[in-house]
Amino acid sequence: MQSLDAVSSEIIHAIGAADSLDALEAIRIDALGKKGRISLMMRDLGGMDAEARKQAGQALNKVKDEIAAAIDAKQMMLASAALNARLSAERLDVSLPSRPEIDARLHPLSRTIEEVIAIFAEMGFQVAEGPDIESDYYNFTALNIPPEHPARQEHDTFYLPADANGKRKVLRTHTSPVQIRTMEAKEPPIRIIVPGRTYRSDHDATHSPMFHQCEGLVIGDGIHMGHLKGCLIDFCRAFFGVDDLPVRFRPSYFPFTEPSAEVDIGCTRDNGALKIGAGDDWLEILGSGMVNPRVLENCGYDPEKYQGFAFGMGIERIAMLKYGIPDLRTFYDSDLRWMRHYGFLPFDAPSIHAGLAGGAV
Amino acid sequence: MKFTRDWLFSHLDADRPLADILDVLPMLGLEIESVVDRAAALTPFVIAEVISAEQHPNADKLRVCMVNIGAGDPVQVVCGAPNARAGMKGVFAPVGAYVPGIDLTLKTGEIRGELSNGMLCSEREMQLSDEHDGIIDLAADAPVGASFAAYAGLDDPIIEIAITPNRADCLGVRGVARDLAAAGYGQLKPIDASPLEGSFDSPITWDLNLAPDEVHLCPLVSGRAFTGLKNGSSPAWMANRLTAIGQRPISALVDITNYVMVDLGRPLHAYDIDKIDGGKLIIGRAKPGQTMTALNEKTYDLDEDMLVIGDANGPDDLAGIMGGERSGVSDATDKMFLEIAIFDQIAVATTGRKLNIHSDARFRFERGLDVTSPEWASGYVARLVMDICGGQTSHMVIAGDGADWKREIFLASDKVERLTGMIVPKARQTEILENLGFTVREETAGLQVSPPPWRGDIDGAADLVEEISRIHGFDHLPMVHLPREHVVAQPAVNVAQARPLRLRRAMAERGLTEAVTFSFLAEKEAVMFGGGDASLRLVNPISADLSIMRPSALPNLLSAAARNQDRGEAEIAMFEVGPVFLGDEPDQQRTAMAAIRHGAMAPREWHGSRRSVDVFDAKADAEAALAVLGVRRGSLQIESGGPDYFHPGRCGRLLQGRSLLAQFGELHPQVAAHFGLRNTLVGFELFLEDVPLAKSRGPARSYLKMSPFQPVSRDFAFILDNDVPASQLLRAVKSAAGPLVSDIQLFDVYQGKNIDDGQKSLAVNITLTPQKATLSEAEIEVISDAVIAAAGKNCGAVLRG
Repeated sequence: MQSLDAVSSEIIHAIGAADSLDALEAIRIDALGKKGRISLMMRDLGGMDAEARKQAGQALNKVKDEIAAAIDAKQMMLASAALNARLSAERLDVSLPSRPEIDARLHPLSRTIEEVIAIFAEMGFQVAEGPDIESDYYNFTALNIPPEHPARQEHDTFYLPADANGKRKVLRTHTSPVQIRTMEAKEPPIRIIVPGRTYRSDHDATHSPMFHQCEGLVIGDGIHMGHLKGCLIDFCRAFFGVDDLPVRFRPSYFPFTEPSAEVDIGCTRDNGALKIGAGDDWLEILGSGMVNPRVLENCGYDPEKYQGFAFGMGIERIAMLKYGIPDLRTFYDSDLRWMRHYGFLPFDAPSIHAGLAGGAV
Repeated sequence: MKFTRDWLFSHLDADRPLADILDVLPMLGLEIESVVDRAAALTPFVIAEVISAEQHPNADKLRVCMVNIGAGDPVQVVCGAPNARAGMKGVFAPVGAYVPGIDLTLKTGEIRGELSNGMLCSEREMQLSDEHDGIIDLAADAPVGASFAAYAGLDDPIIEIAITPNRADCLGVRGVARDLAAAGYGQLKPIDASPLEGSFDSPITWDLNLAPDEVHLCPLVSGRAFTGLKNGSSPAWMANRLTAIGQRPISALVDITNYVMVDLGRPLHAYDIDKIDGGKLIIGRAKPGQTMTALNEKTYDLDEDMLVIGDANGPDDLAGIMGGERSGVSDATDKMFLEIAIFDQIAVATTGRKLNIHSDARFRFERGLDVTSPEWASGYVARLVMDICGGQTSHMVIAGDGADWKREIFLASDKVERLTGMIVPKARQTEILENLGFTVREETAGLQVSPPPWRGDIDGAADLVEEISRIHGFDHLPMVHLPREHVVAQPAVNVAQARPLRLRRAMAERGLTEAVTFSFLAEKEAVMFGGGDASLRLVNPISADLSIMRPSALPNLLSAAARNQDRGEAEIAMFEVGPVFLGDEPDQQRTAMAAIRHGAMAPREWHGSRRSVDVFDAKADAEAALAVLGVRRGSLQIESGGPDYFHPGRCGRLLQGRSLLAQFGELHPQVAAHFGLRNTLVGFELFLEDVPLAKSRGPARSYLKMSPFQPVSRDFAFILDNDVPASQLLRAVKSAAGPLVSDIQLFDVYQGKNIDDGQKSLAVNITLTPQKATLSEAEIEVISDAVIAAAGKNCGAVLRG
């Protein structure tokens, strides 16, 4: 009969040589199973006298514990190796592309309008709206542009068919009719901006039959042309993000304002590249003026009591200048290549607190 | 409005250089369009004399010329011009000069063995005209060595300014000079506008044939006859100025009328007395059926709204617009009758628009002339005519009582400051106005101001403020920030106005790119999408493709999609939020939210998730849009069917109660084909006005009670008839499952093997979340039985075995 040491040594050796969990389990059963060699030796203890049984039992228990520990250790080793082997087999080429996502874009026009709203909101303005199909009265007459006025010719108006009374509606040529609609509907003080679609029957490289304007109107106590100047300088500097942007006010003419001013911002042109900011040249960007007393009268306001200013700007123009978009006509083409390049990601909402500069592209 | 520097300085005794004047013009409201200095390119070109012109030894058509260029030794030039000859004066370009007409910088060269040091130039080579028959042949007294540009009057820069419609007075060079003088840039030179006594009675008289209530159509007209005229070429100074501004010199008499129109902003009309029949010029309304051939050689049909001037033979002048061919002056004219008139601005504008004639005269008449000019300009122009063409002039004949132009406008002392925030002393205000020709009377409370007759645009005190502030300078306007009404800014958009902003973001987050398309489209497409109302058809569209207001934003999106498809885009997903028009009234304009998807949902990729778009993508987009607008998915009903432009079996409506909120579907194959779209095409549209604003309950959310008990989930597979909509089954299941239902998902649709034809299997999962205690099997059983019973009763569904 083999000595316990020999048996133990043989089993420990076998455990060390086991190359799989199955082989290890067979060794465990052979050693510690019900009919295992160590189990059988335990059973044989019953035939010994007390002293011998105590000694042999202690030795046998020690060997049993050693074998069990060896099996556990080997099991962990084999399990870890098996896991490593599996993980190794599961290797993926992570350089393969991830699932494509479509990052759709918002149009530079809606983006620019939101920027304009954000800035004027800060100055206490509210957004007002009016219809695109206007009556002759709101589009012209109420704005001090009577029939056959030369200023009408400059508007290139789209007309709709005359009604039974011979009156024909027009597609609004500017957002200014909303000035009238607002003044008719409420009493001062008024601070509104009116972003919206406008139409003129002109189609070439620098004109589109549809384009966007943003009107502004301020009526209140003691509002004078200095406020107009302050308000528009504040706007231009915030919009273009140039703190020291030079802004120039030049006399001009609009039938619905008196005095009237065109507003220019400073720029430099270097080999065709345009830079907004202090420079040696000027760019016209909006029209403005003190609301003509005739217009106030048309809206039922007493011009001796109320005065204020109005302004209007082309959204496309300021968007082109700010974002370096070269061609007006591309705004309406919905070319996805153009949108991917000039469009804005939807999470990138313009705000005063987070900035108006445009963010990621 | 174009003029030259010297022309301006003929009215303005300027004490500043041109550069300063160009700087200040825009600040006076006279915007500069361009400044062209023709001499700049011609600086090296000098007047030279050909001393000798010998035949070139090696070329038949060339001559070797020795040229005196006024300084240094004579220069040898090889010249091919047939007119090159000894003794002639011409224009010489030295080596190093850039010759614009041949786009070449000259170098010393040898031509067939003979040295050539420069060039004798033709007009075409200097880009002065197309003339290239020979080199320029100058007068014998042309000063050798002098600048050709100066000699030819080309060293006079051409200035073009834009004139706003109110500044009719600046449609004459003199008006521009007056503004500059008022702004302190020099003195306005006087002109001799004194009356001129004639030497005989005019053979032509006026017949003002206007009803008493129509005298305003021609309030004043003067005329003068001239005899013994010599209508040759106009003098060089006049011809040069007219050429500079783009007008071709014709004859002295025609040139004088054109010159005065630009010089004083005063259109004139010259008749040949020999061509006037009956000794009388009649001013009145045309008669229906009359026609007239104007100076542009076109014949016009006249009507009784048109003011004309004519003789016994009928009308031959469209008042204020264009003269007639029959009675106009020619080179042979020696007796002329000169008309200086005032016509009603609106009458001129109306007739001009009707006949579609755009003339320089009309442009000035419809903006308003100096209403006193028929009298004062008569003498001035008569002197000019006789200076140039000789002859004698008659006494002036005049008709009309004149326009009532005198008015007083009160300018309160504080008005300028109140309107502009700018302080301009009263004395300075008076000075500015007087320099502009206004008459000013000072009173304690302000100024009583009378505008001059050439400022018909001055309407009230605000106009006076503009005059004072623009001359004083807008640079003096204070910059005042708008006072803040709220320390913390208020929202600028209301709840309704915020919706498009949020919708746009939501749609873009879903992978749809924003488009902005035109509000108009082709009539055929309007009709295809339920529009085409005649009241929305433009009278004067840009093109047939943009001729009617759109009833839907979908068709323009489809056109845009087709353009993108043709550029090779395989996955197209776009939306637009914008106006659509159901009629021409303000309340018939709606704000549409439309979206389309075409082709695949994603680009080709290796994961295998790529699939074609289908109607459920459009439905999901519609539901998402409605969710943004505050419509809970659970509150929506769905109905199959929709407008004709959708596939009849693949479209639906989303409703809340009875009101239609949105329509979605696969586009009809014929619609897709019309736009040339080749792949599966789906879309949806809703009108924001149809979706009621969510009632505001304030920002606080309701209290959320979360159940501590385990939810249970059960699956049911039902077999039911194919034509029973899934929504019906879901509704039945939901209502039968009772208040504990927290979620229902339809997770399988099956037809085919083991399911009878005409039937389908729908598998539904319901989640029950108990609120008071964990559900027992028995309780779950009760709910399950109720669900199965309801599905059977309402949908004829049986549990799949």
